[in-house]
Amino acid sequence: MSYFAAADGKVSRVSSIRWAVADGWTMTRRDLAHWVRQPAPVVVSLLFPILLVLMFGFLLGGAIAVPGGGDYREYLLPGMFVMTMGFGVESTLLAVTTDASRGVTDRFRSMPMSPSAVVVGRCGADMLNSALVLVVMAACGLAVGWRPHGGLAATLAAFGLLLLLRFAFLWIGIYLGLVIANPSAVTLVQVVVWPVSFLSNIFVSPDTMPGWLGAIATGNPLSATASAIRELFGNPGPADGWVGVAVAWPLLLVAVFFPLSVRAFRRLSR
Amino acid sequence: MSIRVDGLRKRFRDKTALDGFDLRVRPGTVCGLLGPNGAGKTTAVRILSTLLRADGGRAEVAGFDVAAQPMEVRRRIGLVGQQAAVDEVLSGQQNLEMFGRLYHLGAAAARARAAELLDRFGLADTGPRAVRLYSGGMRRRLDLAAGMILAPQVLFLDEPTTGLDPRGRNEVWDAVRSLVADGATVLLTTQYLDEADQLADQIAVIDAGRVIAGGSPAELKSRIGADRIEVVVHTPADLSTAAELLHKIAGTPPDQDPDRRRLSAPVRDRVSALTDTVRTLDAAGVSVEDIALRRPTLDEVFLTLTGAP
Repeated sequence: MSYFAAADGKVSRVSSIRWAVADGWTMTRRDLAHWVRQPAPVVVSLLFPILLVLMFGFLLGGAIAVPGGGDYREYLLPGMFVMTMGFGVESTLLAVTTDASRGVTDRFRSMPMSPSAVVVGRCGADMLNSALVLVVMAACGLAVGWRPHGGLAATLAAFGLLLLLRFAFLWIGIYLGLVIANPSAVTLVQVVVWPVSFLSNIFVSPDTMPGWLGAIATGNPLSATASAIRELFGNPGPADGWVGVAVAWPLLLVAVFFPLSVRAFRRLSR
Repeated sequence: MSIRVDGLRKRFRDKTALDGFDLRVRPGTVCGLLGPNGAGKTTAVRILSTLLRADGGRAEVAGFDVAAQPMEVRRRIGLVGQQAAVDEVLSGQQNLEMFGRLYHLGAAAARARAAELLDRFGLADTGPRAVRLYSGGMRRRLDLAAGMILAPQVLFLDEPTTGLDPRGRNEVWDAVRSLVADGATVLLTTQYLDEADQLADQIAVIDAGRVIAGGSPAELKSRIGADRIEVVVHTPADLSTAAELLHKIAGTPPDQDPDRRRLSAPVRDRVSALTDTVRTLDAAGVSVEDIALRRPTLDEVFLTLTGAP
């Protein structure tokens, strides 16, 4: 309440950062409350990648050659981790467009809360959700025979790279959500996410594709992270040296989409 | 002044929404902003509630400039928009607690305020039910409650009863009246003249982005036209006789509606016109079925001012 009592109406920098964190946490808790009250979407978002693991791992995997030899499920699982991070764009986008189209974003903007809280809260909720998804996917991977062989530090670094990729997709999702502002457009993004996921080294090595297509698949940011974490996990994959690229790609995406998101948020008042 | 607006201008890509919009609203009063669709009502509310930036002009709400000190304005206003801007997955209590926290109430204070508002808006028995299962009226009441968490000095209501049944509308009106009784200032946009007539102390009629008339509902009604006297005669044969007599009293030939055997004419002096008419028609032996003095409705005021069909 002291916030309102400030007679001069000025808020110090320290307290404005404090409120950004506090308000962001309130917004994150809102999403956590959604999970408790409406668990179905969260459960489905967990079951779907598990289904894909079983489908590719056992149904199709036998026919897929692993680059450099080795077990296909060892090759597949890191790719699936990456793919679930890519699916995150959809959940971010859906949350942003739903609030915008129902006037909830406008209500927040008319309130004396920290202006960044909407985004900080979105970020907190989606990153927590992604961490949970990774835990479940890793458990599923261990159950079907995937193992990290690189030691604790390398394993943690690999999950760090995955969350970094998710962080980049978060800003793509927020930007698209603010620009599109229409929940039905999420379907359109889903249609795009699929081919982008498959046009990578997630399921098969780009070496098996026609040269030009393989080049695109290799250049895909999803491939960079997948290659880097295969290296860190000690799973079969292409040549080493992808960790740097797997750091650079997400940072580049953030460098592009973070300012675009800020601009799109400001443009709401135009 | 709780709201002071001078020459506000706002242009969207191909359309001028506000074109020199002026407004003054005194503390503790309700101002009704009345106008056809696209007149600029919502744009004005969005600028005053710091959601939109104006291209020109000045606006002060609760003593603060909306462009220069938006945070100070936000601490003193409540906004209830055209949609029920609440979280559909959460319960009413959870929604109000969340908004309370975002208004920087402590956890206990937010919980208590949420319960208090649910009670005040007749939502106390909704329990853990998700808002998406609420009726339209309940949702709107919750939305109104969310706009009142800090007991705002100035409350913006953008078409608050659109789509509500008469009961829901009455509930919203009662809530607005009790808030005004507590000293709040309300700016209400509406398409329902009835609503403005019921709630507003002052009405501003807006068309094409500027205020074209303002005043109390009574002032507006009297400005637009005099009272009219209406006479319905018993038999059609008497219609022309009655019309001649009424012409003498009113000074202008009355409008005639032969199908309903009705005559109407504007009059200056209400009471003497009524007594004169009764006496004269009686003396002439015209049998009268109905006779009445009528003030113009706000609908007539509105249509006359905006020139809409």
